[in-house]
Amino acid sequence: MKKTPLHQEHIFKGAKMAEFAGYDMPIYYGLGILKEHLWTRENAGLFDVSHMGQAWLEGANAIAMLETITPSAFASLGINKAKYTVLLNENKCIIDDLIITKIADDRFFIVYNAGCKEKDEAFFRENLPADCTFTTLPNRALIALQGPAALEIATQTFPNAGLFEQPYMTFNKSTFAGEEVFISRLGYTGEDGFEISVPATVAPQLWNKILSNELAQPIGLGARDTLRLEMGYPLYGHDIDDKTTPIEADLTWVVAKAKRETFPAIRKKRVGFEILGRGVIREGSKVFVLDGNEIGVITSGGFGPTVGNSIAQGYVAPQFAEVGKDVEIELRGTKVAAKVASYIYVEAKTKK
Amino acid sequence: MSNVPDNLKYTKDHEWLSIEGDVATVGITDYAQESLGDLVYVELPKVGASFAAGADMVIVESCKAASDVYSPIAGEVVEVNQAVVNAPETINSDPYAGGWLVKLKVSAADVAGLLDASAYKNLLD
Repeated sequence: MKKTPLHQEHIFKGAKMAEFAGYDMPIYYGLGILKEHLWTRENAGLFDVSHMGQAWLEGANAIAMLETITPSAFASLGINKAKYTVLLNENKCIIDDLIITKIADDRFFIVYNAGCKEKDEAFFRENLPADCTFTTLPNRALIALQGPAALEIATQTFPNAGLFEQPYMTFNKSTFAGEEVFISRLGYTGEDGFEISVPATVAPQLWNKILSNELAQPIGLGARDTLRLEMGYPLYGHDIDDKTTPIEADLTWVVAKAKRETFPAIRKKRVGFEILGRGVIREGSKVFVLDGNEIGVITSGGFGPTVGNSIAQGYVAPQFAEVGKDVEIELRGTKVAAKVASYIYVEAKTKK
Repeated sequence: MSNVPDNLKYTKDHEWLSIEGDVATVGITDYAQESLGDLVYVELPKVGASFAAGADMVIVESCKAASDVYSPIAGEVVEVNQAVVNAPETINSDPYAGGWLVKLKVSAADVAGLLDASAYKNLLD
């Protein structure tokens, strides 16, 4: 298994480790998943997400390339603005979801999923115009600080970076231990916070500096999943994949208006569920209407600590994708009553 | 280091059992609650239900997965711990006392087939 630059820190903290996307990653630390989730929403959680890919895309035709391989607009994107988008294959289905930030018209910073790293890198290279370069950054770590106390804590380490005024979904630079760091105001938790790209050599130092603040706790992938599930964010390989279009995934907002009509008719629609019975709904469970017909499947399920109940996302046939529709979801040989609902269970507190 | 009280009996599936007369109390061990993580739901059997040794009797759910708890020996449910249904975290914090799951009417002789504390501790090493 591969290791991130912060691997030893997780071992020292006694984290429960497991394999994820080929990396030995912390699933939870001493507090456990539930408390780590709640801590992040009440104080600040620190996540090692260095397993994700980071890269530069540069060249005069970078914008044209991005407007070909994603359905989003990049010409009009402002400097230092980050955009959430998807890479599409020849069937207009999702290869990966990722964040692309414009540093200049000919320079973009890209962060993409660990599980899609090789696939995405090959895809970028195959589609690269002659005047462009795609440079991966394997020697940089990525640390996410998320929660209501994230700003206060980050400002202690980066007092002159102007973090207070930094708008949501923007890119900023600062220095740490003589090295350049990139600070993006965004995340995967629905809380205010930052993702900090830092050279691997000084990543442990930054990690520990942030954790020296008593409001910060290290948080594992277990809580990272419950936090994003409460926000309704999709997880690639589960809620979105290469057999799903962004329209089906309810990510139409990611698609430039002019391109929305170019997608085929949807075969399914991503929805959330209000779970009325007891028990935790899990991925793979089938969804039925009350007359017994199977209409869909759960693609992500679990327990939402902030919600205090089971929560889930999945896909149903388009005609059943209306909020309030009564359904039943299989659970260990029986069926649990549920209603189609929004997949957003907790209101985002990201900076406006 | 997980806690393994000397006065209880155990199974290789990490259940514990204590017996008084012909009533056995059953729960999951400290090792089990730690491995499972924070429990969020518990599904207990109905009073009056009968189980063979090794049968699925209770389901405990954590954030990540559901796990079966098996009946250590054959018996009929005489009482269930309703308190853990409302507060599953008790199983994590107090697995051998407040976190008990089910009381079964059993045949005391069957208890002899279970592991004692040192045999169970050996399994954990």
